[in-house]
Amino acid sequence: MDFDYSDDQKFLKDEARKFLAARCPPSVVRGVLDDPAKSYDAGLWTAVAEQGWLGAAIPEEYNGLGLGRVELCAIAEELGRAVAPIPFASTVYVLAEAVMAHGSEAQKAVILPRIAAGELIGCLATSEGPGVITPSALQAKVEGGKLSGVKIPVTDGDAADMALVLANEGGRPGLFLVDLRASGVTVETLESLDPTRGVARLTFDGATADRLGEAGQGFALMQAVLDRAAVLLAFEQLGGADRCLEMAREYALGRYAFGRVIAGYQAMKHKMADMYVKNEVARSNAYYGAWALNVDAPELPTAAAAARIAASDAFWFASKESVQVHGGMGFTWDVDCHLYYRRSRQLSLVAGSPKLWKERLVSELEKKNAA
Amino acid sequence: MDFNDSPEEAAYREKARAWLVEAAAAHRAEHGEPKPTTPEHMAAGKAWQARKAAAGYACITWPAGVGGGGGTPIQSVIFGQEEAKAGVGYGYFTIGLGMCVPTVMAFADDATKQRFVSPAVKGEEIWCQLFSEPAGGSDVAALRTRAVKDGDDWVINGQKVWTTGAHYCDYGILLVRTDPDVPKHKGLTMFWIDMRDPAVECRPIHQMSGGREFNEVYFTDLRVKDSQRLGAVGDGWKVALVTLMNERLAVGGSAGPDYRQVMELARGLSGANGPALKDAAFREKLADWYVNSQGLKFTRFRTMTALSRGQTPGPESSIGKIISANQLQDLANTAVEAQGEYGILTDPALAPMEAAFQASLMWAPGLRIAGGTDEILKNIIAERVLGLPGDVRVDKDVAFKDMPTGR
Repeated sequence: MDFDYSDDQKFLKDEARKFLAARCPPSVVRGVLDDPAKSYDAGLWTAVAEQGWLGAAIPEEYNGLGLGRVELCAIAEELGRAVAPIPFASTVYVLAEAVMAHGSEAQKAVILPRIAAGELIGCLATSEGPGVITPSALQAKVEGGKLSGVKIPVTDGDAADMALVLANEGGRPGLFLVDLRASGVTVETLESLDPTRGVARLTFDGATADRLGEAGQGFALMQAVLDRAAVLLAFEQLGGADRCLEMAREYALGRYAFGRVIAGYQAMKHKMADMYVKNEVARSNAYYGAWALNVDAPELPTAAAAARIAASDAFWFASKESVQVHGGMGFTWDVDCHLYYRRSRQLSLVAGSPKLWKERLVSELEKKNAA
Repeated sequence: MDFNDSPEEAAYREKARAWLVEAAAAHRAEHGEPKPTTPEHMAAGKAWQARKAAAGYACITWPAGVGGGGGTPIQSVIFGQEEAKAGVGYGYFTIGLGMCVPTVMAFADDATKQRFVSPAVKGEEIWCQLFSEPAGGSDVAALRTRAVKDGDDWVINGQKVWTTGAHYCDYGILLVRTDPDVPKHKGLTMFWIDMRDPAVECRPIHQMSGGREFNEVYFTDLRVKDSQRLGAVGDGWKVALVTLMNERLAVGGSAGPDYRQVMELARGLSGANGPALKDAAFREKLADWYVNSQGLKFTRFRTMTALSRGQTPGPESSIGKIISANQLQDLANTAVEAQGEYGILTDPALAPMEAAFQASLMWAPGLRIAGGTDEILKNIIAERVLGLPGDVRVDKDVAFKDMPTGR
């Protein structure tokens, strides 16, 4: 049994934590939060690229580091802990993973080295309005290789160079790579619950679209892309949830009320014990997801769903209860609790809400039980 | 990040599996599969324990010199997994070998150890733990059973409660109050006792579930020798902590239906809008149970990994019972409610899955209390894992006899 990070992976994770403590303190996160013109921290992005993290899981032949997915999970956990204000998830968990899993040789050769070098930011453009995107509701379409339609919201869409777009082609859904720097693309930045991450409306009017993977398989491909992303996002959520519990603990141990530290009151102790329990359930499920992702196991759909559900639940709970433990201070702009509260919403919504993943999980279990 | 055995572990597993196949077949040929709680079941359990001890598979981590296997913790876990797969296993020895005999080994004199440890390993004698009292459950140190020195003996009067297996046990470790004039933790002493002594009386407790699996144990002028003392007079609490350290490991996970059984049930039931399995609220719960069950399973794997690497496991295993007990209650209730009015039926011939959900519904409240209540376990996580302060103790510096008492 070897169901944990290896010593090397732990070392990488420790180094990542030190690096982010130095390069991504809360002041950097707040730099993006408080500046409406900034959708991410460009300095941190460059530094992260120099560390090789953007290409951590990209094979060496495409100028990546050629590490495994578990190493990427370790990095994700630390990025989540630091609420890093960079389009890492959209670029690495979504675009790079999608191209590696489904791209043609030509697509890989063009896109992956640019991602590894920090020259290409990606995003996923599926949503077209409130609610879940369904085949019958999908409006965006590709005709003669040209995309038209509106995608809203698109996480990191205002920073991105390339979008992975869900659209119909000849009445059948497909996934398409679209160069956002070319003509036929209008980008508008939107306000969101988490201003430390960019969100945009992308309007396409004859933009050149290059299909990724098989024609007509848009929704199946999107789900496969989300399965991979979900595991990595779960590690970001886990890192955030752990930090919320730490912050709550530190605050409660230093805050006095009624003549003693509030950390000694059972209502506080039990609340923090509840956080711990949820975080450990999330960690164990995330590890299983990491294993499934790393070896491309057939269990990936259920493992990813379980990881995503547990991590979404843990981060939401830890982020809201951390505000509660901090009391009035927790409700101020100046205390960092809301950075995590906001990010927990961003990470839960970005790749399908937990409700959706629960339905997916049970559907998978039904299939398994019927087989 | 994988689930593979190391080469040494794989070899051990193979050896254990091979032994189990043969041993289980021989055991079944000799004893059949007797019903639980019958004398035949107990006899079979003792025979299985003896068979394991002879092959070095009983108390695997204990030294061979006392009858153990001289092995490692990970070997013990591996054997446990394979034993469960082989479908043989008896619960009679868990508390004795998990908690009581280790206490004897830590605190008794050589002659006592010589006399008791090996027979316990071989399943010849079974031990129980006599700590909880009507006035001391979560607060065990508030116990009132009194031991008074009389020459070279101690005379014991009082009552214990929730003693697992007291009616079939041969010996027990007993925590009593020897000095009521000092604060509660300081006036306790531990003894081992003979459960067959006529001054010891066991009465089954009628549980809310209807069953009678636990006992009250009464002591009326029970005489024990001073040589039966484990640890110094007044050191009983320290001795008890050694015993209790092992409790959560010994109590372990919960048996009972899980998400698979509820899914199976819901597939065949009609809800308000089609099959119950298609109900959205029900499906959300199903997902949550699955995630929690998987979470516990993989948390156990993390603990195993630490053992496999020769490290001390982290505190993560402390989450087990809080989740499993609460989940069993929620799952059972949801399954019962899904049956509509029919859910009230408890006849195994009528109720789905032989009334497993109804039985679990009535058993779950006990599971949330036994071996540390939800509340105590949360305190333990808060204090020992997260390092938060202990609760305010108003009884810390008060002589036990001056402490206020209620119900």
